[in-house]
Amino acid sequence: MTSLQARALKFGFDSRLIIDGIEIELVSGEVVALVGANGAGKTTLLQLLSRHLKPGSGTVSFDENNIVEWSRRTLSQRIALMPQFENRDSSLRVIDVVSLGRMPHCGWWLPMSLVDHQRVDEAIQAAGLDALRERKIDELSGGEWRRMILARSLAQDASVLLLDEPIAGLDLKYQIEVLDHVRRMTKQKNLVTVVTLHDLNMAASFADRIAVLHQGRLIADGPTVDVLRPELIELAFGIAVEVIKHPINGTPLVIMCSNPRSAFAR
Amino acid sequence: MKRPVGILAVAFAFLIVCSFASLFVGAVDISLTDVADAWIWGNASSLKSTERTILVELRLPRMISGLLVGGALGVAGVGFQSLFRNPLADPFIIGASSGAALGVTISIVMGLQISVVGLRSSGFAALAGSVLLIVIVLSIGSLSQRPGPTSLLLAGIAISSMVNAIVSLLMYWHDDKVVVIVAWLTGSLAGNNWSTVLTTSVLSLVGGFILWSLSRPLDAYLLGDVASKSLGLDLTQFRILLVMGASIATAAAVAAAGIIGFVGLIAPHIARWIVGPKHASLVPMSWCLGAILLILADSVARTIIAPAELPIGIVTALIGSPFFLGLLLFRPQRESGRIGVGA
Repeated sequence: MTSLQARALKFGFDSRLIIDGIEIELVSGEVVALVGANGAGKTTLLQLLSRHLKPGSGTVSFDENNIVEWSRRTLSQRIALMPQFENRDSSLRVIDVVSLGRMPHCGWWLPMSLVDHQRVDEAIQAAGLDALRERKIDELSGGEWRRMILARSLAQDASVLLLDEPIAGLDLKYQIEVLDHVRRMTKQKNLVTVVTLHDLNMAASFADRIAVLHQGRLIADGPTVDVLRPELIELAFGIAVEVIKHPINGTPLVIMCSNPRSAFAR
Repeated sequence: MKRPVGILAVAFAFLIVCSFASLFVGAVDISLTDVADAWIWGNASSLKSTERTILVELRLPRMISGLLVGGALGVAGVGFQSLFRNPLADPFIIGASSGAALGVTISIVMGLQISVVGLRSSGFAALAGSVLLIVIVLSIGSLSQRPGPTSLLLAGIAISSMVNAIVSLLMYWHDDKVVVIVAWLTGSLAGNNWSTVLTTSVLSLVGGFILWSLSRPLDAYLLGDVASKSLGLDLTQFRILLVMGASIATAAAVAAAGIIGFVGLIAPHIARWIVGPKHASLVPMSWCLGAILLILADSVARTIIAPAELPIGIVTALIGSPFFLGLLLFRPQRESGRIGVGA
């Protein structure tokens, strides 16, 4: 069983810590949703877990190995980060970008093997990009582009999948399809999966566990039913909510109490 | 869908034709049939010995140097445009040209007459100057508080300005040598012989090979720092190799021909329009187009006011810029059938 652990993780500046003493253990076969308000530290935490940022103090270990000791290539064979933003100003094709997901395995020079091509095809299919294989990336819509980055992260075939807002900008159908696929892959391949999400109900439906970040601290971490409580959500997001049971699948369902229409009417 | 291998083959075939044709262009008329008569049919009397000397000792090494210099400028252009993710970057962006200018100016005002590794004194001085300046810029760039392409670029601009001022000062003090210095600084392939070809070819091919071997990481680097790191790229190591390859190629060009602008800027752009942005085909295509541009420019430079010669840098800029502007204005939309353009 694979595990990714963060111990006493701190990152930031003297005046303001962005990540303040986080302890978390992520295990294989579990989808963890990382939620929190803007600026709570979600992206920074994912970047620390994938060593894109160096922690001020504390460690991140993968199966008891400190990831600081690994080369960048070894790291990317085991941990895949799907970034929230990257440079889109290039006329590389979708297939070229997804194929780059195999670079940690085939290196700088070696041609791609049959297995590499197979992984790329699977990832393209999973992200629903079959029809867009030859499309140039500067011609993709926001949602299509996000699915391409997801496909590239899947093609990396790593045992840890860190997805930074994978469904932002996607239409409802793809939001469900993408999260469904991520969940299925996590179970099938026994992956450690962390997904940052803004939609708490999506988190409740697809994640096994929810971790709530507030001002760089982990204020809750556990099964969705235990974490999605009104007082906690009010603390983390500053809004009043009610939580009821989802009538169909029984998961918690978060309902906003404040009515935006009445706010506009005022 | 484009087939890059086929397109590359056509481009290289065109390069061979241009190079071959350039051998028969110049102040002295040498006819193709006479050469064929002498070398293919063994009829030695049909080629005069002066013609033979011009062909073998002057035009052939000059043509090969032209190929290598143009190719080196083309790939160095790709390297620096990728490093800075900036289409305006050219081989001289981090100060190689200023270093070369200083080296040449010093060697001319001091009247140095040495020959090192097959290079005449000005060629060697240019090589030494550009390598020294690149090393200084790289050291300062990496020592800065925020090492990375931006620091490198800023260090290059600052040091280049200082070195350019020193060059101007030297020219001001030695105004009798200004014409010689300027002639060298605007670039020329004259004076290349078989002994310089060896040095140029080693530097040009090594630089080109380093850049070509970085093709896949260069593709990843296009997507940004976070993406390339998550794809396993050690950015420091990669950037060192990239700058090394591009600088070696630039040094090759500078040592053999002085400062020739424009080729390193436009060859990668035209190559990108033809084969797309994937570096596995972009690097060889830029090499090939750089070589073609330089061979054509050199043919013009040595015939247009024959028996005198124009500096090749003037020709590349005079012919290159309108051609480039034409492409910019009249290039067809990338996607066929697109309706409407941005407002």
